[in-house]
Amino acid sequence: MKILKNAVAGTLESSDLFIQIEPDEKELTLEIDSVVANQYMDSIRAAVLETLKEFDVSTGKIFIKDKGALDCVIRARMETALKRGGVETL
Amino acid sequence: MNKLIGSVKEAIEKAGLKDGMTISFHHHMRNGDYVLNMVLDAAARMGIRDLTVNASSIFDIHEPIIEHIKNGVVTGLECNYMGAKVGKAISKGILAKPVIFRSHGGRAGDMENGSSKIDLAFLAAPCADEMGNCSGKYGPSACGSLGYAFSDALHADKVVVLTDNLVPYPLKDTSIHEGYVDYVVQVEQIGDPARIVSGTTKITRDPVGLRIAGLAAQVVKHSGYLKDGFSFQTGAGGASLAVAKYVEEMMEKEHIKGSFCMGGITGYMVDMANKGYFDTILDVQCFDLKAIESIRENPKHQEISAMRYASPAAKSAAVDSLDVVILGATQVDVNFNVNVHTDSNGYIMGGSGGHCDTAAGAKLAIIVAPLIRARLPLIVDEVLCKSTPGETVDVVVTQRGIAVNPKQKELKEKLIKAGLPVKDIEELKQIAEDIAGVPKRVEMGERVVANVLYRDGTLLDTIKNVL
Repeated sequence: MKILKNAVAGTLESSDLFIQIEPDEKELTLEIDSVVANQYMDSIRAAVLETLKEFDVSTGKIFIKDKGALDCVIRARMETALKRGGVETL
Repeated sequence: MNKLIGSVKEAIEKAGLKDGMTISFHHHMRNGDYVLNMVLDAAARMGIRDLTVNASSIFDIHEPIIEHIKNGVVTGLECNYMGAKVGKAISKGILAKPVIFRSHGGRAGDMENGSSKIDLAFLAAPCADEMGNCSGKYGPSACGSLGYAFSDALHADKVVVLTDNLVPYPLKDTSIHEGYVDYVVQVEQIGDPARIVSGTTKITRDPVGLRIAGLAAQVVKHSGYLKDGFSFQTGAGGASLAVAKYVEEMMEKEHIKGSFCMGGITGYMVDMANKGYFDTILDVQCFDLKAIESIRENPKHQEISAMRYASPAAKSAAVDSLDVVILGATQVDVNFNVNVHTDSNGYIMGGSGGHCDTAAGAKLAIIVAPLIRARLPLIVDEVLCKSTPGETVDVVVTQRGIAVNPKQKELKEKLIKAGLPVKDIEELKQIAEDIAGVPKRVEMGERVVANVLYRDGTLLDTIKNVL
């Protein structure tokens, strides 16, 4: 599956995250900025990559500003961003 | 005799400020204070270097001190609280000598017993006469209580009063009197009173905050201290005020008349006293303009010094007569130690203030905080900084349960019997980690950037630099 158009999801409120995605045919770019990077970066990255895998997306640009969202919130916001970006549900 | 001097520069000259000396400030103008920056700028222009600044608190408005540190004008810093802006710079290691953190009571005590020496104190006075009688209650920059400034006035070698409201001698209602004051300087403005307001003065509408406050109020009720003569301290901030609201409702229902409320005073506490729930307000600093008006108008509303508030060097202090105090925390560990100095990444963003003083003095010290903030669990194995020792903390209240210090067996029984959700502190930690995941341990640097002194002057903990 591919990201077909630019899309956003989420907010910059505490305990939420803001996701921007853009199409890219060739490679996957993942930029994560988090207020809890020291404590939880590995798990944030894992939640994002797992959601991409679930939707079978392997390329695209993903920019994330995380304000301390739980994993379930990260997954939900990712799903919304991908669907808004034209990625079909499997 | 003429004490009135034309400028800050002249006062610094006359008072004999020299390289290497210690100068002090108090923080009743809070984030609206102009005096600390004014004095340091003047000293810097005069070429004075190597100063130690002992300020009861450093706020974000004092950010220019960072430049003075870089330029060698300020080489030592002592305070009871430090806002995040200067705190971040200190955590990054801009100051060679570690900052000394004290509590409000500890600062007064250390000045009293001589272990903290002040060469020159600068008092920001919202009104003063030409001989230095001064008060915080009157004038365009009124800040209310001058509580923390009393120690400085009493113990500094030289005392300079800065005022933007010079009144004819004698000032009618004096807080700090002329016997302690060497010089008086009239300045354009000592600060911006609109920026005194601390935290929020409105009760929280956040359901988590209200749940925590409701549980905390239940703890107060079932502890047995909520009866006639009850004394109480709570901070500014939405959840602390909500505790006061619930306590007020219980006092109303059960016709309880309290004795005093204390602390940094907010309009909410003033209202409670005016409605008759407390006989007396003991006020070491005013948190909002309503409190300032009240200390001026209301005879029940007393100004107290930091010594009377909390000094361990005094024969007794008001904290020793306090029944219940409600306090916050950035972290609590499984041994009930509390961190209010750093954030979860180790950056300095606070300080004890009266936290450890009231926890030690009060019969019941309750910590209120959300179990998780922006994914970070409140309860950790070991706090990044021990601000208040666990032995003095009785109860930790979160939205998911109440942990009682194992030392308080009787209290724990009472709360369980009352049907409150009492849990082991380890269990609360587990609940948070099940939701948020286990946080990776934050690695701090090797360099000590601050020494945290307990209220008796002993070293409680050190704060290391942030990498």
